[in-house]
Amino acid sequence: MMSALTFAIMDAPFENARTVTAFRLMQAALQAGHDVNVFAYEGAVGLAFARQAAHPNAVHGRDVVAENHPLPRVWIAELLQWAKKNGRKLDWVNCGLCVDERGMGEAIEGVRRGSPADFWKMSVESANTLVIPTR
Amino acid sequence: MSKYLLIEASDPFTSTAVLRHVDLAVALRRSGSDVSLYLVQDGVLPCRSGADGEALHEALAAGIEVLADDFSLRERGIAATDVARGVRPAAIDLVIKRLADSWKVMFL
Amino acid sequence: MKTLQVVETAYRATVEEQDDTIVWLTHAMVGAGGQFGMLLTGNAVCYAVREQRASPLTIGEWQQSHAAELSADVAALVAKGVSLYAVEEDLEERGIRDARLIDSLTVIPRAELPRLLEEYPRIWKW
Repeated sequence: MMSALTFAIMDAPFENARTVTAFRLMQAALQAGHDVNVFAYEGAVGLAFARQAAHPNAVHGRDVVAENHPLPRVWIAELLQWAKKNGRKLDWVNCGLCVDERGMGEAIEGVRRGSPADFWKMSVESANTLVIPTR
Repeated sequence: MSKYLLIEASDPFTSTAVLRHVDLAVALRRSGSDVSLYLVQDGVLPCRSGADGEALHEALAAGIEVLADDFSLRERGIAATDVARGVRPAAIDLVIKRLADSWKVMFL
Repeated sequence: MKTLQVVETAYRATVEEQDDTIVWLTHAMVGAGGQFGMLLTGNAVCYAVREQRASPLTIGEWQQSHAAELSADVAALVAKGVSLYAVEEDLEERGIRDARLIDSLTVIPRAELPRLLEEYPRIWKW
């Protein structure tokens, strides 16, 4: 049985290429057979914000449907669904105080509110932990 | 000795920290550890054949495995045939494998 | 399992958060039972300078109540059993090698970093 891997992430959505790298790593870990834990700290709590909305792109002449704008909350939902269908577990924890100060309390279904103690517990129960810091 | 995978997301043209990261990688290698450098995002920019790749050459000369994220290379228009000698394009699941194999992995 | 927190970025959001968020996180995880060392590198070596105290920010009528006291917060980690290190060359580059630095700080030359990293089963780079 494959071991669990934990990731700590910090970047807010739409601000840095590290966000995409993080999602690619989470997906690769799930597809490789690992359970995945994610501790979303600071700006990263915005990734699961339920009110992210797609928009059109007039510069490229695309309406909202055609633009199909990436939304991190959709990526998280996709990974949660994939994990469930394939017998894996994705445990996504938002740092609660980070949620509060940013007003990001409305998160998508399937993610939970937690604290640094959750990150510590996840890391202890995982085979390895990767921190993806912000700058 | 531990095995180290250092993930470098910055390029040496805009960040002086990259040179220090390479120094660390070299020091770890010289102390006897297996060391790999996984270049991702702008970290792959020095990999283009003809770019100023002094830091890369230093790493390669020290016996460090230098890998470049294939997604990041494509994103920046660096074809596999354009990648500097000694650097190996790699898929990101290599990072997962190294994590699972208990390498110490640091995202720099 | 002992974990080395490597802190490089400094003074990022420390006014808004009234803390360095990685120093704070480390305090919280120590409280949850974690065992840590902390290596200050890059600009974060500046946290080792004693008695630095940010001025409270004022915006309109709002006045900050608890401006960050970063060196005190780092020193408090030492009091909780966290081993504290700073990279010597980074202190020198910033002209603070001979400043009044936190007690119990171990100044470590870059050449010694491989040895330090080997001492910790886990390394988290922030």
